[in-house]
Amino acid sequence: MLFYAIRRVLGAIPTLLVIITLSFFLMRLAPGGPFAGDRVLPPEIARNIAAAYDLDKPLWQQFLIYLERLAHGDFGPSYKIRDFTVTQLIMNGFPVSLKLGLLAITLAVAVGTTLGILAALRQNRPADYSVMTLAMIGITIPSFVTAPLLQLIFGIYGLHIFGLNLSLPVGGWNGGAAQNLVLPVIVLALGPIAVIARITRGSMVEVLRSNFIRTARAKGLPTWRIIVHHALHAGLLPLVSYLGPAIADIVSGSLIVEQIFGLPGIGRYFVQAALNRDYTLVMGVTIFYAALIITLNLLVDLLYGVLDPRVRLK
Amino acid sequence: MIPGRTPAHPDAQLMEKAQAVKGRSLLADARRRLFRNKAAVASMVLLALIALMAVFVPVVSPYAFDAQDYSKISCAPSWWTADVPTCPGGAGGTHWFGTDPIGRDLFVRSFYGARISLAVGIVATLVSLAIGVLYGAASGFIGGRTDAFMMRIVDVLYSLPFIFLVIILMVIFNQNFILLFVAIGAVSWLTMARIVRGQTLSAKQKEFVEAARAAGVGTFGIITRHIVPNVVGPVIVYVTLTIPGVILAESFLSFLGLGIREPFTSWGVLISEGAGEMETAPWALIFPAALMAITLFCFNFIGDGLRDALDPKDR
Repeated sequence: MLFYAIRRVLGAIPTLLVIITLSFFLMRLAPGGPFAGDRVLPPEIARNIAAAYDLDKPLWQQFLIYLERLAHGDFGPSYKIRDFTVTQLIMNGFPVSLKLGLLAITLAVAVGTTLGILAALRQNRPADYSVMTLAMIGITIPSFVTAPLLQLIFGIYGLHIFGLNLSLPVGGWNGGAAQNLVLPVIVLALGPIAVIARITRGSMVEVLRSNFIRTARAKGLPTWRIIVHHALHAGLLPLVSYLGPAIADIVSGSLIVEQIFGLPGIGRYFVQAALNRDYTLVMGVTIFYAALIITLNLLVDLLYGVLDPRVRLK
Repeated sequence: MIPGRTPAHPDAQLMEKAQAVKGRSLLADARRRLFRNKAAVASMVLLALIALMAVFVPVVSPYAFDAQDYSKISCAPSWWTADVPTCPGGAGGTHWFGTDPIGRDLFVRSFYGARISLAVGIVATLVSLAIGVLYGAASGFIGGRTDAFMMRIVDVLYSLPFIFLVIILMVIFNQNFILLFVAIGAVSWLTMARIVRGQTLSAKQKEFVEAARAAGVGTFGIITRHIVPNVVGPVIVYVTLTIPGVILAESFLSFLGLGIREPFTSWGVLISEGAGEMETAPWALIFPAALMAITLFCFNFIGDGLRDALDPKDR
């Protein structure tokens, strides 16, 4: 187990190097330098700027300098947002994205598994069909459609049920206030909820047919106890292996959701940076998220080994 | 008596019966099962209609996809009469899906968007199919250390956040149209390669391959006659599920302003534009979004139907 973990951490290093190399050289392929667009500078000034950003050195030296800085956690300065380093921008945005992502994945697991279990218990009955139809809708309708629709319903028209005012703000962070989080978190969680519900249903249907469940039933245990103590442990295992892709889903979903709801997270920075051709920021965010996703995938795999004794991690 | 028929042989009836029983291959069986699946058949019909409309929309509608008419800005949809003032300026006209803020007909634009979205879906899927099948088949067929190495590369690529790389590519190459197809295709072949490799590995070890080898069939013959037909089923299923994924990816990029550019359009662009003015002109969001959702639904239903049809043991 420990050996496996060490091997995986070591294996992650070449992966990260690939990403860093790829994004570095792709960025250098881009036409024009980072300051080409501004105005025509006198040659001395242009030379000074190039020297300040090490752009006058050969490409391989620039790459080594970038790597060396990266090893110290320094992503370099942002080209477009002056007076900020990329590291500062990421650290500013990350708490927002993290809060959003954590809430979304928690919501997705809670709602998705509940719906999946419900569908499995009522297999091939109306409840099952309606949950699976909902799941299909959740998978096919993209977040950039659900987000404006929910904004329209809860924000602009303002939903009133039995005299209760259920209107919610359609955007802004507001220091992370709960009412500002509701809509973005729901939108972000919808896709994963649908996938989790499908996975849970499939594995629960299988588990509920197995012998140890029949034994538990024969012993006369109440249904809730059979599900909570016997079926759930085996039934939720396939879910753990989906958590890795789910994290990647939520990260890429956050690009859209942060943009639509105007949240100051990393995703919004990334889109703006890509549109403004702020190359260092684009690279920094890509590398940061790649490292994050690799780390989380590793944790998920280790978790899998802990939860399922049949899995031998070598 | 039917002309041209000789008097019945005593065993003719039996022969006919035997032929009727024999004549059903695995694929015919799958087709029969697929056509019995109502959701899949309805989806195929709907998709065909959408595709036909995308092709023939210039014939069906009198408006050009990029023609702007400033007397008809943000008109509500109207289906029957041209006289009802549906536009804020008091003008009218039969715009089935309404018009956008610069007076372009949304029905025409929605189906021009369908052209691009469907084209991206199909071309990018073909790219991913070509890479994935070649890579997976090579890896599975060669086996051994090469296989282990090739699959390790796939594992590494799996952990990359691909949407980021596609965005970088789009920025660098200035939103080149063709590159969009290739870039999305080039990043979605991984699962295909895994599926093909797994199928190849298991097919390679089957007895009929051994028998063919013993009978002196060459490697090429074994691959085309025995391996490929056994790999085809899961690949077809995965292709029908890749197309909607690719359409989503394209619309995702277009929504962020990194995909298709004016005056061309795609569902992602239309939805993005529609979302901006949903308060005053909800039709600009609803029609393209519904069209895209229906298409994605159809592909998913067909994929599920194909899976059930091609893999009878999984039911």
